[in-house]
Amino acid sequence: MALKVNRREFIKITGAGIGGAAVAGGVGKVAYGLIKGDSGDDVITRVPTFCEMCTFQCAGWAYTKNGKPWKIVGNELDEHCYGRLCTKGTSGFGIYNDPDRLKTPLIRTSERGKQVFREATWDEALTYIADKLKEIKETYGPESVAMFSHGSGGSWFKTLLKAYGTTDFVAPSYANCRGPREEAYMNTYGEAIESPERTDMKNSKCIVLIGSHIGENTHSQQVNEFAQALRNGASLIVVDPRFSIAASKAKYWLPIKPGTDLALLLAWINVIIYEELYDKDYVRRYTKGFEELKKAVKDNTPEWAYPITTISPDVIRETAREMAKHKPSTLIHPGRHNVWYGDDTQRVRAGAILNALLGSWGRKGGFFIPESAELPEWPIPAYPKPKRSFKDTEAGQKYQLANLAISAGVCAATVHGVTGEAERAFYEGWFIYGCNVLKSMPQRENTIKALQNLSLVVVIDVLPTEITGWADVVLPDTSYLERYDDIRHSQGRTPQIALRSPVFEPRYNSKPAWWIARELAYKMGLGDYFPWKDVEEYLDFKLKKIGSSLDEMKRLGVKNLERTTPLYIGKNEDYKFPTDSGKIELYSETLKNFGFDPVPVYRRHDEPEGGYYRLLYGRSASHSFARTINNPILSELDPENEVWVNPIVAIEWGLKNGQYVRLENQDGVVSNKVKVRVTERIRPDSVYMVHGFGSTAKNLRRAFGKGADDQELMTRILVDPIMGGQGMHGNFVTFRV
Amino acid sequence: MDNKIKYAMVIDTKLCVGCGACVVACKTENEVPEGRSRVWVVEEVSGVYPKLSMEIRSERCNHCTNAPCVSACPTGASHYHKSSENLVLVDSKKCTGCKACMAACPYDARFTMPEGYVTKCTFCLHRIEKGENPACMSVCPARAIHFGDLNDSNSEVSVLLKSRKFKVLQPEAGTQPNVYYLV
Repeated sequence: MALKVNRREFIKITGAGIGGAAVAGGVGKVAYGLIKGDSGDDVITRVPTFCEMCTFQCAGWAYTKNGKPWKIVGNELDEHCYGRLCTKGTSGFGIYNDPDRLKTPLIRTSERGKQVFREATWDEALTYIADKLKEIKETYGPESVAMFSHGSGGSWFKTLLKAYGTTDFVAPSYANCRGPREEAYMNTYGEAIESPERTDMKNSKCIVLIGSHIGENTHSQQVNEFAQALRNGASLIVVDPRFSIAASKAKYWLPIKPGTDLALLLAWINVIIYEELYDKDYVRRYTKGFEELKKAVKDNTPEWAYPITTISPDVIRETAREMAKHKPSTLIHPGRHNVWYGDDTQRVRAGAILNALLGSWGRKGGFFIPESAELPEWPIPAYPKPKRSFKDTEAGQKYQLANLAISAGVCAATVHGVTGEAERAFYEGWFIYGCNVLKSMPQRENTIKALQNLSLVVVIDVLPTEITGWADVVLPDTSYLERYDDIRHSQGRTPQIALRSPVFEPRYNSKPAWWIARELAYKMGLGDYFPWKDVEEYLDFKLKKIGSSLDEMKRLGVKNLERTTPLYIGKNEDYKFPTDSGKIELYSETLKNFGFDPVPVYRRHDEPEGGYYRLLYGRSASHSFARTINNPILSELDPENEVWVNPIVAIEWGLKNGQYVRLENQDGVVSNKVKVRVTERIRPDSVYMVHGFGSTAKNLRRAFGKGADDQELMTRILVDPIMGGQGMHGNFVTFRV
Repeated sequence: MDNKIKYAMVIDTKLCVGCGACVVACKTENEVPEGRSRVWVVEEVSGVYPKLSMEIRSERCNHCTNAPCVSACPTGASHYHKSSENLVLVDSKKCTGCKACMAACPYDARFTMPEGYVTKCTFCLHRIEKGENPACMSVCPARAIHFGDLNDSNSEVSVLLKSRKFKVLQPEAGTQPNVYYLV
């Protein structure tokens, strides 16, 4: 929400007639748990679901009143949310009710990039796609199709495309978000963090957040555990150039100069080692390369870090001692969105090393050992083996330590030739599921160039976002409240399964993802890969194999299964880590062999010149970036972003609170107009804005033109040489008043 | 006043992250129409960078023991619930929409519905009558909101107010508000 919001502002904004009145819900479907209503006359129902407002997948109950949407509340059994959905999850019916939804299949009638389509029947649309896929397969091979996916329903299309013959699935959430974190931990512990995070935060006695905005990031489990730790008196250390919500709760807020976090981390490592504050038994037992590490950070003293970070040596020492005091229940949080300066894997790895020195990995209050439920698959024929994959593209060859496909690499390979075959592109077709790639990846011109080069672009989505304008065929998915999806069985303390079941029949002429993928499979002669009668039979089969059933899950929503291993590493346990050495690698031979620093090294980043400010970005508690900006409920809470400006800067430029300005970046790119928020909460050398606004999609009537798009100002990308991450904190802006 | 319940909400500003889940949970639970809200969030920043502090408050009707809205109402629509010494309700059938209560309320907690009557937070009376907590409290991911009877000295809210430093909003208005903020 526009958090300064007092309600007066709130009413003024929302009473101004933005958008049409929400259309009341569809016709009720008989569901489980018929509950008598408050007045005695109301008919209340509830069905279990898990949320899709972001991708954290919290489980909840969707209630209807008299056949209409009422409310969604968290499922008490769920460890993703502990019975408490966030602002967005609570607003879930907004997407069901959104009058701007895609309503029927569309086929392009004009050139790509224009939202000019004709309405089509499902049969026509799917035949069009099937014919084109056949042609691509015959001419270029099935490996020429890639899929961008960021949503639960993507799994059905993965089955389809694997059956077709490709495995190139891309998620911008890797190279544009949390990829460095996963590779940093892989290259230290042999295991990634994954989602939901394996952080044992509720038991932490000391939490260190480095540019991690819990509170503004509302992943419910994280906020719940963060607050629980604070309630129990945990000591909180927050490193952030901005006085974030988390910073306001901190015992120590370190208002660091942007771009220097790695220097601070190295200084902390230096103090922990040279003051002998580390967990000696843990380090001796479980780690490798301590002496090399000790030598490498010898000169990274707090005095060395002071002029770099602007954090005083006393504070650096005091906070390092604070962390050590609470070890091993000290959590250096790995963060989530890590793509900042291009040395991100190394920066996150420095935090991973610090966790190892404090003995927090595999220990209470640090990181637990996650488990997830094993779900048997419905037997289907073996998938064909692709002859080539993303690994064979230029980016795939260049970033060999990347465990997932890199979004920008896929774009490049859609434009450039196949390695050794310059005359044609690597990719000819894209499926884009639930993922507005024009808003989730910077350097839009590269994405557009790729889109223009393709023979087939299929977009499956709920809303007419920017990317739908580039599709040849647009397929209207249902909202998550109108469909089943596959069983959720993500990692956690408890192996849990959760069910998403439909609250309503699909609205308009939309269809659930499973149905779309299967119909397409039928048309392509791949029906054997979807051999079940319907999705209920498919889910029931899988659930029965693990001792549950669809019926039971409709009653429970979430089911806890038994763990098979301990939650933590036992005392004196001879624990083997899944690294090459079997130990935690403080010094990484692997990184060295690939030509990277075996121990992280701080290197200076560019700084803004006079009159320019570093562009920092983050998120609003009310939005999942661009995904929710058109939501009828959430757009009321937070209709547009603001650019945060320190009062000193405001005076210099004569900026007033609430006035609109445009921002211009170092390459002359000018933003949409954006409201100024003069606040002490941001450093004078930086400005800040929430990501996801500045929609250019005219059919998103609430969101269109509101606020500025931080991403279009990110013309300079600092690429992580280890895994191809797209660092986005290296852009500078000035004001156009 | 004997044996009547003194409903109070105690909100921990040290834990509140200002996420607004309370705002939306109230809105959906009580079917509050578009453009209106019974709960809102305020951030109050003090100091100069980098010596800063911030208090975050989830605000709503204070269910005052000496409620000016009740005395200002010419028709008796604004009234105390029979079981409580401070739970302020609006009887929509008696409300003429004159807005005298809105003018009298120092917290700006009231607004008119499209139908013309005035409404506001009820502490989710329909839920508390069933033994449930108010919707804003049930959703709060930080568990920063507490609710209960201040006339029961063993209630969680009583215990919290005995053990923690707190404040109320605009005490000088003399309304004796019953939403307390732990600071």
